[in-house]
Amino acid sequence: MTPGTKALWVHLCLVVLLFALNFLLPEYHRGILSRVMVLSVFAMGYNLAFGYAGMLSLGHAMFFAAGLYGAGLTAYHLGWSVWPAFGAGFAAGTILAVIAGILALRTKGVAFMIVTLMFAQTFYLATLYFTTYTRGEEGLVLPQSARALSLFGISFSLTDPTVRYMLALVLLALVLFALLLLVRSSFGRALVAIRENEERMRMLGYDVFANKLSALIVSAAVCASAGAAYALLFGYAGSGFASIQYSILPLLWVLLGGAATTLGPIFGTLFMFYAVDITSSYTDAYMVVVGLALILLILYFPKGIAGAIRERWLPWLP
Amino acid sequence: MAALRPLLATERLSRSFGGLKAVDNVDFCLAEGETRALIGPNGAGKTTLVSLICGRMPASTGRVLLEGRDISRLPAHKRVRQGIAYTFQITSIFANLSVLDNVALAAQRQFLDERSSSRGRVEQISLDALAQVGLAPYALQRAGSLSYGHQRLVEVAMGLALRPRLLILDEPTQGLSDGEIETFIALIRAVGEFTTVLLIEHNMDVVMALAERITVMDQGRVLAEGTRDEIRANPAVQRAYLGSVR
Amino acid sequence: MAFGPYLLLASLEGLVTAAVLALMALGLSLVFGVMRVVNVAHGEFYMLGAVIAWWSASLISGHPALGFLLALVVSPLIVAAIALLSDRLVLRRLNYEPQATIVATIGLLYIIQQLALTFYGPDARPVQAPFDMRLALPWFGYSAYKLAIIAASIFLIIATWIGLTRTKAGLVMRATQSDPDTAQAFGIPVDRVYAVVFALGAGMAALAAVLIVPIQQAHYLMGQDPLLLSFVVVIIGGLGSLRGTVVAALFIGLSDGIISMFFSPTLAKMLATLLVALVLVFRPQGLFGTAAR
Repeated sequence: MTPGTKALWVHLCLVVLLFALNFLLPEYHRGILSRVMVLSVFAMGYNLAFGYAGMLSLGHAMFFAAGLYGAGLTAYHLGWSVWPAFGAGFAAGTILAVIAGILALRTKGVAFMIVTLMFAQTFYLATLYFTTYTRGEEGLVLPQSARALSLFGISFSLTDPTVRYMLALVLLALVLFALLLLVRSSFGRALVAIRENEERMRMLGYDVFANKLSALIVSAAVCASAGAAYALLFGYAGSGFASIQYSILPLLWVLLGGAATTLGPIFGTLFMFYAVDITSSYTDAYMVVVGLALILLILYFPKGIAGAIRERWLPWLP
Repeated sequence: MAALRPLLATERLSRSFGGLKAVDNVDFCLAEGETRALIGPNGAGKTTLVSLICGRMPASTGRVLLEGRDISRLPAHKRVRQGIAYTFQITSIFANLSVLDNVALAAQRQFLDERSSSRGRVEQISLDALAQVGLAPYALQRAGSLSYGHQRLVEVAMGLALRPRLLILDEPTQGLSDGEIETFIALIRAVGEFTTVLLIEHNMDVVMALAERITVMDQGRVLAEGTRDEIRANPAVQRAYLGSVR
Repeated sequence: MAFGPYLLLASLEGLVTAAVLALMALGLSLVFGVMRVVNVAHGEFYMLGAVIAWWSASLISGHPALGFLLALVVSPLIVAAIALLSDRLVLRRLNYEPQATIVATIGLLYIIQQLALTFYGPDARPVQAPFDMRLALPWFGYSAYKLAIIAASIFLIIATWIGLTRTKAGLVMRATQSDPDTAQAFGIPVDRVYAVVFALGAGMAALAAVLIVPIQQAHYLMGQDPLLLSFVVVIIGGLGSLRGTVVAALFIGLSDGIISMFFSPTLAKMLATLLVALVLVFRPQGLFGTAAR
């Protein structure tokens, strides 16, 4: 088997395993896993920008939240059904990425981090300012009617745990394989090379700005789909998801799972989610866990779980 | 050779840093097909001039013309696509990629536009470029594991894989052994058969072996230009440059 | 009240904000200038300063000035020690790599904030002002303590400026700032300079907090807004420029005081944040800074 097919098999196996878990796990863990799958899509999108293209953004919450509100507001106020609402979330995140990207990519390094942080903060404050529509911190709870999905003439309710789980899995699988394809394309390899040495790539004739902007837009589109899916599947959109914390979390998940690996974001999200879940049953000081995890990771484990696996055992892992 | 139409010309090209004029009103002309050496003492403005030509740095004033077309406003990557390739003075290859992948990054660029991403052709061009510099046996090795001399050759192969009309080499022999320099001279002589080459070089043996014409810079200006013999005989050059070296 | 006195009151309040902000931003700017790293936990050092001030003031009964004076000494010292420890344990091991440092200081932010919540609790608690006097202006009475804050801040800024430009320690810092490698070659212990600067920056934030805590209670989330404002100040003033930082603090403090008196504070914050982002995009050297070196 070539490394390419081997990698494809590993990814397929993971998807099949997640499928099987739906029938094996008790209700509580199925619920957690549905959430984890949607949030790992968020992490995967972030990973494309941060891991592969080397853009350390501290503002990806705005793309997730744009998806969340794009879907949530249209479903809540305009009564849009699931598909158009999802489309609205996707479009909102993508358009926002075009504007934010064109501006923020004029900077790099620390300035880029601060600019993205400030853009996201502006977005967050906007969700508070327009509290008439968004209900601010309290958030919108989508009515049952907004969460009925019709597919091939059959109608499903997104409140059903199995439907929810399966849809989250479909989204995860689609994004996973799309990103697998993307990072192995010439575009993906160019991104990694740009991360390593921008100036060299420029002198090989690559339009560095255009490549980074495209990467950011794709990344944001993935994050926005995760946000839109989150709003529709779990029926809630609140400004907490636009706060700085939701820009930091994907960074944490990706660092933990392994930056610039296709599977890392899933591992990282899963691990962190359970770590917080377990510690919060003992203490409500889960933020200490997040903080400690960040520091220990950046100090001792900068390549993360999948990164370490790739380094030690499976060099062909994408 | 010099009678041919110029491939590249600069018109009153200047660049200053603060009060210092690193390149000062330079008119520079390069004919299609020639191999030119650019020499001068340290700080003469050679690298700055070349950076202005390939667009790594914007000019303060003046123009750069490629085949008579003004390219002064084009960003660097577009100039590369028009055929100006630059190899770095400090080796900057991608250490974690294989030698072949390094060169393929250079080769694949041209196909991204045509949307005919044929991996076969990219690989062929890359292998050809590697064969040309004599690195074909190392194609699958990690670029960072090569010796310094070989890394310099990867750099040149990346330049060649761009299939440039003008290949700019910035101090390519720096840090090479005598044996490697011999190989390098033979390589550039072969490359010079079908490409225009502009060579910044300190090693006068390399300059004399390769260059048909030589341009001497000093303090941001062109001090002299001519054939090897003319330059050797030029008293101003001897004072400013050759004298100070020996 | 007529418009004029109203504006005067807004300006006075703005000046107090500016005074505290300038101190805090100066600490951030110093760290950024010398070490080239962004300390995201700076707001938490400020919060810690206030919390420790409350704690040390509560140790002493008697005249409130005694407790306040104790806080003024103890709080910056403890906070500086904590910063020193985090520098040794974390930042130095990251080699002050800018991006890794931001990630690590975010971690620090979470830890400090959570620990404050756990041990200090979610309540806002006051520290009594060292003296209680009201200056009678023709239109309204104004707290003399607030004016004292402005004076103290001016004094401290001048002291910092003298420290940086006129003392040997300042020279060492400036040498490290302009070129750490050369400084190292000339026998300056760059490593130790970094540790001291980081501690000093944190100490300044704590000092600012002690000054503010008699008029604004200590709370575990109080570091967030000042952090954002200090970023704004440091960026608009030009990263690492002392004079720019002070001018920008004055500008931001005054406009914050005046704007939030007439407009919705959320809107004001939103516009200010966006403005700063755009300044960074189009004028990365800051509005008052000179072009990058």
